[in-house]
Formats: sequence, structure tokens, C-alpha cells
Amino acid sequence: MRKLSAKNAIREAIQQCMESDPSVFVYGEGVDDAHGIFGTSLDLAKVFGNERVFDMPMSENAMTGVGVGAAVMGMHPIMVHQRIDFTLLALDQIANHAAKIRYMWGGHLNVPFVIRAIIGRGWGQGAQHSQSFYSIFTHFPGIKVILPSNPYDAKGLLIQAIRDGNPVVSVEHKLVLFLEGDVPEEMYAIPFGKGRVVREGTDVTIVAFSQMVSEAEKAAQELAGMGIDAEIIDPRTAYPLDEEIIAKSVKKTGKLVVADIDWVFTGMTAEIVAKIAENHFDALKAPVRRVGLPHAVHPSSYALEEVFYPTKTNIIKAVKDIINYKQ
Amino acid sequence: MQKREAAWNVKIEVPAKKIIEMYEMMLCIRLAEEKLVELHPEQMMKTPFHLYIGQEAIATGVCAALTKQDVVFSNHRSHGHYLAKGGDLNRFMAEMYCKIDGCSCGKGGSMHLIDTSVGHMGSSSIVSGSIPIAVGAALAFRMQNKKNVSVAFFGDGATDEGVLYESYNFAALKKLPVIFICENNFYAINSKITTRQAVDNLPGRAIAFGVPGEKIDGNDVLKVYQTTEKMVKRAKQGHGPGFIEAVSYRWKAHIGVTEDVGEGIRPEEELTEWKKKCPIKNYEKYLLNEGIMTKQKLMNMNEKIQHLVNKAVEFGRKSPLPDACELLEDVFI
Repeated sequence: MRKLSAKNAIREAIQQCMESDPSVFVYGEGVDDAHGIFGTSLDLAKVFGNERVFDMPMSENAMTGVGVGAAVMGMHPIMVHQRIDFTLLALDQIANHAAKIRYMWGGHLNVPFVIRAIIGRGWGQGAQHSQSFYSIFTHFPGIKVILPSNPYDAKGLLIQAIRDGNPVVSVEHKLVLFLEGDVPEEMYAIPFGKGRVVREGTDVTIVAFSQMVSEAEKAAQELAGMGIDAEIIDPRTAYPLDEEIIAKSVKKTGKLVVADIDWVFTGMTAEIVAKIAENHFDALKAPVRRVGLPHAVHPSSYALEEVFYPTKTNIIKAVKDIINYKQ
Repeated sequence: MQKREAAWNVKIEVPAKKIIEMYEMMLCIRLAEEKLVELHPEQMMKTPFHLYIGQEAIATGVCAALTKQDVVFSNHRSHGHYLAKGGDLNRFMAEMYCKIDGCSCGKGGSMHLIDTSVGHMGSSSIVSGSIPIAVGAALAFRMQNKKNVSVAFFGDGATDEGVLYESYNFAALKKLPVIFICENNFYAINSKITTRQAVDNLPGRAIAFGVPGEKIDGNDVLKVYQTTEKMVKRAKQGHGPGFIEAVSYRWKAHIGVTEDVGEGIRPEEELTEWKKKCPIKNYEKYLLNEGIMTKQKLMNMNEKIQHLVNKAVEFGRKSPLPDACELLEDVFI
């Protein structure tokens, strides 16, 4: 099959959706510039014109409201943020409006609105340009949250997001954007709430989000060398969450490690272990372990970055912590 | 079309039918809300009222200049906007009772009214919240090649918020068909505008962003209509947004049914003075002086509307409450 990077898979998803549906449009700071948001919107303005692919003023909150307003009137806007950090300027429109409009206005309107937000570290960018706090969006009923970990999912999840009819936050890790993989040329949608078994195994379940899926794969390879057979689950969407696929795996392995690119405290890792403890307590044969960001601000110094961001090493350590647990 | 001299000496052209319809609408808003005040002691309408009494001319004049396909987005003080745009009176009352037949199916209450069938596209209770949404609707009209306008209603409180100025900028930049209506009643809850802002020049701020703006008497329904119509026409011709500061006064408290005055709230004399400028009473005088209406006709109209309001209350009372199974419905489609 054809190989494509995730950034090009995203670009292709947008282009195909715009070709098949005139109500789809894209806007955001730099969507039509020479870089095109890490290439994800490169040259789309040349294809579709500046009416449908346009740059925006530095007005994140109003411009999110503009997307909401266009969406309730039948358009399908895609708003893009070069850093997820900037979505906090628009939290009123995201959480108080996009998320609530359908419910508080009696189901009369819906908000088919995709907000793409790039996350992840890069060249010492520090506290306000490296964050990945996606779990806050899962807290608000009315918003769906997707996290592609590979090029195939990047295209299929985004197409579903555009068609979904609800507000969707697409959380795209910089390192994932540059991964290459098999991507079909035709349009396809990956249903939300359906996770993927990335690697089958019998000894421990590693649930991994976004870029941590790659780290989990590397960890599993090393663990295999130590005689530990890890199963990797990629939930693909944080809301809705495929609890079933996680539970099924934990019932098989009895051991659970959750690896995330977000902070651990009150993040998705907490939600997943809580769900398993609540609903599948008997399946657990060892304490759970969580891998994610420590409770500190994103540092700039590469010396600190090295200890701040989790990698395969943290996952391996977490697995080894619990693999021989005896009750 | 008839040329008439308005009570405030403004030369205008307003269709004769509209002159009477606007009276009827202002009266409808007033009587519907007076009914809410009357029923309040029953405590059966368990939703916070932000009453519009005193400001009826603004929503009425603005909406009279719009078609059904034009849309409005409004704020927490939304009763007048909803009714003036043609929102269903029965479903309005049912929403006050938070019943299933309410315009928001009991999930919105007084601050979240909507009737999409007439172009009232919803009310947000976050100050300034619906302003950029109205701009987005105007963008949709542009992209869909529709010759309609979108209207944002907001109070003077919203002119403290940054998102308003972000919205002006984008609307002007793209020449979008959106009309910004600021109802300046001088207070954000009990905080007077002079304690919140250094400069008294709301139209000037809009103009600075490229949005033509005017300050008008918001109690003069004909002036509101005329100014809105001018801006709507301009917007529909592709010349972009407009701004109106309509000055008026709310008679009741920020929230609730009392006329709260006194220390730490607002001076009693202020309310007394503004009551003399009642938009409905003064318009009545104008209609009688001009011979457009007789006292008998006004009385008949009053009775007719009172009857409709009473029927709407009955409709609301009889409607069932939402079933518990509704709780998780409509979070998503």
C-alpha cells in the first residue's frame, strides 16, 4: 500500500472532504502560509481559494465563536491551532458554547465543528508552546476528542470528525505528524470509540495515547527480549472512550499500564484506571501503573526535557514494577 | 409607504402596517413579562428572570427591520429578542415553567431561548458569548450566497469584553452582513458603566474597527427601526457590518421581578425619570395624536394580547415536565 506521512494524510483528508462537501472550510493562523501548519494544510488555499482556506486575526476566542456560528448555520468549519496552548484563549467559546449549544437550546441545533490542535515538544519551546493538555476537553460533555497515533488513523479519524456533526478536538502530536505508514487513497472514516489492538500479548496491557503508542511499541520490543509479552491498546479517541477493548485486554493479562502524553494528575490515565477499578476490579492481579507528565511546567532546557517527557524507558520501568507482583 | 412625523421629530418612512405591528409587539413583550411578575410568587417558574421591561422598543424596532430568514443571537435578557423575532408565545411560557413543550424543551430556561423556525438562533448567558457566533452566522450567509443578515444583541456589559472588539475586527475585515446591537441600560448587574469605562463613546470604538456606528434613543421604536433598516440594507448590499448603541433603561432588577433601587444599587430618581420615557406609553400617545389608533382600538388590542398571554400560561402549566430519560439526550447528535 501507498506510504504517506501523517501530515500528508491529514492534508489529504481535508482536501477530499472539501472536494466532496462545499460546506467544509479551513481557517487558522498560518493555514495558508508557506509552511501550512507543518504541511497539513499546505497549498490548500491554492486549490480552494482564500474564501475556503483563510488566515485569521490573533483573536482565538472570537474566531472560535465564528466557527460555532458558521457551524450552527450548516457549515463544517475546521479551525487549526499551531499549538494547543492557544486554545485556552478560546475556552469560553469551546466549553461554554460549542459544547453546550445542542443541549441548552433543546436539541434544535448542532455544532459540526472540528478544532485541530498541535501538541508536543520541540527545540526547547518550553512552558507555553509544548503543552498537551487534551484531557481538559474530555471533561466537558458535548465535546469529542481524538488522538491519532499514526498516518492511517490520522486520515480516518479526521474524516469522521468532519462528518460527525458534533464539536471535535483533534489532538495531533508533532512527532506523530512526521511518522510514515500505509494510507489508502480513498476516503474512509474510523468510527469514534473504537480502539485498536496495536500488538497482541498476554502478560501486561499497555494502554497508550498519541505519540506514546510509538514509545509503547519500542518498549514492547525490548520487553519481549526479557520474556515479557505486552499487549498494546490504542484507544484512538479519548471521548468517546472504548472501555470494552481495554477491559477485554486487562481480563486477559491482569496487569495494566497507561501511558499518556498529558499530565498524570486528573488526566486520562486517571480516568482509565478508575474505570477498570470500578467496573473490572476482579480482573486486576497487580497494582496499576501510570506513565505521563510529572506535575511540573514544561521546561525549556534539554537537560530537564529529558527527565520531563516520558519515553519507552518509563514504560518498561512501569511494566517491570508490576510484572512479578504477588498478592 | 407613508411619511410620518414621529414623536421624536424624526423624518421616517415606515409602512403603516408595521407602525401598528410594532406597538402590538412591544405590548406583547410587556404583558408577557408583567404576567411573569404576577406569577412569580407561585414559585412554579424555577428559572432566573432577567426582565426586559423598559427596553421593549429596541428588540421590537430591530426585528421589525428583519425578515424571517435573517437571524438573531441574543443574551441572558432574551425574552424581548425572542418574542420580537416571532418566537412562539406558548413555547416561551412553557420554557419559563421548564416544561417539555418549552422552546428549549425545558433544558434552557429563561436565559436560553431559541426558535429556529423564525430565525431566533439562541441566547447565551455568558456576557458577550453570542456575539462572535452571530459573526460566524454572517460568514455562513456569505459562503452560502444568501442575502441575509445576522444580528447580535448584547448589553453595555459586553462592551467591557475583549471578544466584542475581536468580533468587530473580523466582521469589518470580511465585510460580513452582521449588525451589532448594544442595548445600553447603563448597568452590568449593579456596576454602572461610568465605573467600568473611561470613555463614553461606544460608536467610536466600533468605527475605529471599521464598523459604522450610531448612538440612538432606544426608547424610540421608530428610530430603532429606521436605523436598523438602514444598516440592514447596507449589509445586504455587501457593504459590511453596522453598530447601534440603543440607549434605554431596565425598570426591574438585573435579576428577578422587583424594581430594586437604593444605596449600592441605583438611585430611585433615575428609575422615576426613565419611567417617564416609557417606550410604550409614549408610542401610544404618538399613535393617538397622529390618528393612527383610537383609544378603543388600543384597548381591544390590549385585551387580545392579554388573552393570548393567558392562553400561553395555560399551555405552559399543562405541559409535562421533562422525563428523567431526557437527561442524557442531546449532549451529542
